[in-house]
Amino acid sequence: MATASNEIRVTPEIALEHGVTREEYARIQQILGRDPNITELGIFSVMWSEHCSYKSSKVHLKRLPTRGKLVVQGPGENAGVIDIGDGLVAAFKIESHNHPSYVEPFQGATTGVGGILRDIFTMGARPIAVLDSLRFGEITAGQYTSAEDARKNLRILDGVIRGIGSYGNCFGVPTIGGEVGFEPCYSQNPLVNALALGIAKKEEIFLAKAKGIGNPVIYVGAKTGRDGIHGASLLASAEFTEESKQKRPNVQVGDPFMEKLLLEACLEAMHTGAVVAIQDMGAAGLTCSTMEMASRGGTGIEIELTKVPQRETGMTPYEIMLSESQERMLLVAEKGREHEILAVFKKWGLDAVVVGQVTEGGMARINHNGRAAAEIPAHPLAEEGPVYQRPMAAPAPREENAANWFAFAAEGTNLTQNFLKLLASPAIASKRWITEQYDTSVRTNTLAGPGASDAAVVRIKDPKTGAVKRALALSTDGNGRWCQLNPRMGAMHAVAEAARNVACSGARPVAATNCLNFGSPEKPEVMWQFSETIDGLVEACTALNTPITGGNVSFYNETLGKSIYPTPVIGVVGVIEDASQVLKIAFREPGDAVVLLDGSNSSVGVQHAVPQRGNPSPLVACEFSSSEYSKTIAGIVAGEPPAIELTAEQRLIDCLVALGAVGAIQSAHDISDGGLAVTLAESCFAPYAPLGVSAMADCAPLGAHVKLEEAGPAEAAAFAERGARAVVSVKPSSLARVRDTARQYGVAAQHIGQVTRDDAFRIEHQGHAVISSSVETLRDAWAHALEPTLTTK
Amino acid sequence: MKFGVVVFPGSNCDHDAFYAIGNVLGKPVEFIWHQSEDLANCDAIILPGGFSYGDYLRTGAIARFSPVMKSVEKFAKSGGAVLGICNGFQILCEAGLLPGAMMRNSGLRFICRHVYIRVEQTDTPSTNAAQRGQILKIPIAHSDGNYHCDQATLTELEKNRQVIFRYTTPDGSDDNAGNPNGAVHNIAGVCNRERNVAGLMPHPERAVESALGSCDGLVIFRSMVEALVGAAKATA
Repeated sequence: MATASNEIRVTPEIALEHGVTREEYARIQQILGRDPNITELGIFSVMWSEHCSYKSSKVHLKRLPTRGKLVVQGPGENAGVIDIGDGLVAAFKIESHNHPSYVEPFQGATTGVGGILRDIFTMGARPIAVLDSLRFGEITAGQYTSAEDARKNLRILDGVIRGIGSYGNCFGVPTIGGEVGFEPCYSQNPLVNALALGIAKKEEIFLAKAKGIGNPVIYVGAKTGRDGIHGASLLASAEFTEESKQKRPNVQVGDPFMEKLLLEACLEAMHTGAVVAIQDMGAAGLTCSTMEMASRGGTGIEIELTKVPQRETGMTPYEIMLSESQERMLLVAEKGREHEILAVFKKWGLDAVVVGQVTEGGMARINHNGRAAAEIPAHPLAEEGPVYQRPMAAPAPREENAANWFAFAAEGTNLTQNFLKLLASPAIASKRWITEQYDTSVRTNTLAGPGASDAAVVRIKDPKTGAVKRALALSTDGNGRWCQLNPRMGAMHAVAEAARNVACSGARPVAATNCLNFGSPEKPEVMWQFSETIDGLVEACTALNTPITGGNVSFYNETLGKSIYPTPVIGVVGVIEDASQVLKIAFREPGDAVVLLDGSNSSVGVQHAVPQRGNPSPLVACEFSSSEYSKTIAGIVAGEPPAIELTAEQRLIDCLVALGAVGAIQSAHDISDGGLAVTLAESCFAPYAPLGVSAMADCAPLGAHVKLEEAGPAEAAAFAERGARAVVSVKPSSLARVRDTARQYGVAAQHIGQVTRDDAFRIEHQGHAVISSSVETLRDAWAHALEPTLTTK
Repeated sequence: MKFGVVVFPGSNCDHDAFYAIGNVLGKPVEFIWHQSEDLANCDAIILPGGFSYGDYLRTGAIARFSPVMKSVEKFAKSGGAVLGICNGFQILCEAGLLPGAMMRNSGLRFICRHVYIRVEQTDTPSTNAAQRGQILKIPIAHSDGNYHCDQATLTELEKNRQVIFRYTTPDGSDDNAGNPNGAVHNIAGVCNRERNVAGLMPHPERAVESALGSCDGLVIFRSMVEALVGAAKATA
């Protein structure tokens, strides 16, 4: 790759090397009215890369619902912003860092976290929570995974976990949630999606719009080096081949200490009132920040590259413009007040240099030693890039018949051993080994850390007074296996589960952010999956009143021609009006009633796989074949995701929020991976989960005794993953009230059992004991399954 | 009575300590910038947790050379109450205001979880409101909390009753089992010979409200308040 001076004559071939097609090159010539020089070509190539321009996804993303009465800022800025009451707003977004995390797991993950944190504090919001949605190849050898691949996957996982921890822990933001999943398809293409959320006063939100002709443009933060050049275009916008490891130099290197200083300095600088606009330098670095600020503001911009603080000598304009060195920001100051800003950065020991100014007209002039190194009209570059309506094609229909589906065990079979195996499967087993490597309690806002509630919950301290009133709940979800089987339904489930999780913490879901991880958009089947996914998101986000306020698309998640499962990851944010009313998953007192809430209580709606007496309907087996149990116990991944009824999800959400608000229930935990049995077991484990060694003395052990009358196979009753359901525990004295509330919201409330004092876990199905064990045995299987694998790396 | 919380570049528990003292306990508190040599007439100094200067060389190794540390040293030598939490403890060790040093956790990983510590001594400004033998549930969050010192120092520490907190299990029955990081003698916190300077790895400022999972850290800050009240009475 040519990175030298502007002497190089650009040809369409050189453009191709930059990932710029012949048509795109012609468009560049048209915009400039001449051939670009090499620096200009570099600028166009990153700005028009898939990663930065969304050229393949734009036409579909337009369909997403982005408005709502609480949405202050939708997609298009550094992060989405919602109103959370009392003059406060929350800025949040999720972003992927998949490719870098495969090439260099530790640095890939750190810079992923660093990038999303900068997006948040660029808006003037102090980050208070990070969640990570991670997918890896399988870490134990088996049917689809060789021992060598399992070891590799483990190494990637270890690097990613350390990377996330090292960045968030040092920066001082709690990493309090997310999920970790394992499927063979992520073996050479892990997913690392990081969500960050921050809080600001509503009137103190900052945008990235250059304004005021003559206003100085100031570069702040870390020096620019040769790291990460073409990270966005070459790394994030192409699939992997055998040579991908050679792209290691394209991965950036993170410095959380620098970022912490940058955070404090930026927030302090913003408080001077002298900052007009601010934009972080993430993907495509200085190029993206200068061009986008000018384009959004409808202005021009002029900068002198020799003034840019540099870590290395002899950098060319091309390299300076394309570097993705981390922990840098570009801001526009009010003319005449730049010294106030420079003083703040000096106090924090950071570089801050006036490198240029906002100009009239729409031209971006990049000078080097006073001579033009690039001259590009900013708006056409940023906004008039290529947009593709890529061809789409539904894959050939899968051959689905009962022969491929899960075969249920005979009535009366004891399922305890299968249950132990399910609890120990990586998808369900305790992730404590991972989450303990993250600082989950810094900033003293964490009301529910990993595993304590279905959603991560942080309280909101007023930035000035410290007074606490509300709390926010966050959950990320996404089931790639379901999306592979049916992308539209899988996407709807992702939204529904995230919203349900948030509601199970007592919060009303109010907004969402999405990270869409897919294979190559140049493949018609992948574009079909993408389009179907968007349709699913539109339907679910509209029905559940969770507009999408931002996010990110990650294409080209494939290695050697094999793409990952389509994996939309949805982050939902909810508000708890009273921070003292957080619902957690743990059972609390023996004698409490165990109640199954089911939103699918209407005579209308979709056909549900509700089993009939006698032979199970084919629908039951079809849906059950996509469950975690089917995969773990029978090695079968087939069929369809469970039918989904969004009005049922909404009823359940409303019911949970109402019950939570008045403190009518003791605990709440939704039914998802592993079904009802796993939900019940986790509610028994939870009092112990967040604690350390020998934590049992902290509270008395609790068990559960549940009787299921549902017709059909016991396995379906215990392990099916149909949505719109949650298990709550209720004081006997509150049972009538809970039933009334449920009825009011159209939710079925079935009293299925009791919380017990005796450490026994027992599920009966139609009079047969199908699971019977001590809670301790179950907990051991669940708590220690991952640890030995992870520690014997 | 006034508390001062020192802010080093990279401190990230400064706000939490400030909140615990100011909002939860309702006592006067202010931040002290690391480049200031003026302790603003504070009566007790907190060195908060975090990653001062990124902890890139060695935890606390650079922070000890901050201008503010000269004043903290003077303050400590004149009998002022100083409490170092986590990174603050590491800085106090580096500065020689407390004996010993930190190694990487024995598991070589960052650990964040609630641990249990036993109050071993109550005749210090940071423990006087606690009961001897009282067990506190307080979170840790560190990579380098494996307290270490040579045998002679260890003997001195024990002889002079300078070990003020020791890791243990919730019921206090098994200190080794409760030790999360390999610290020698299960040491979670120590004080100096004069007893006015103390450091501990767990974060008491994160255990000051039941909503956060524990209020057990409050007793440490209350102890400091009582010590200051006592000192004020004595001089009155």
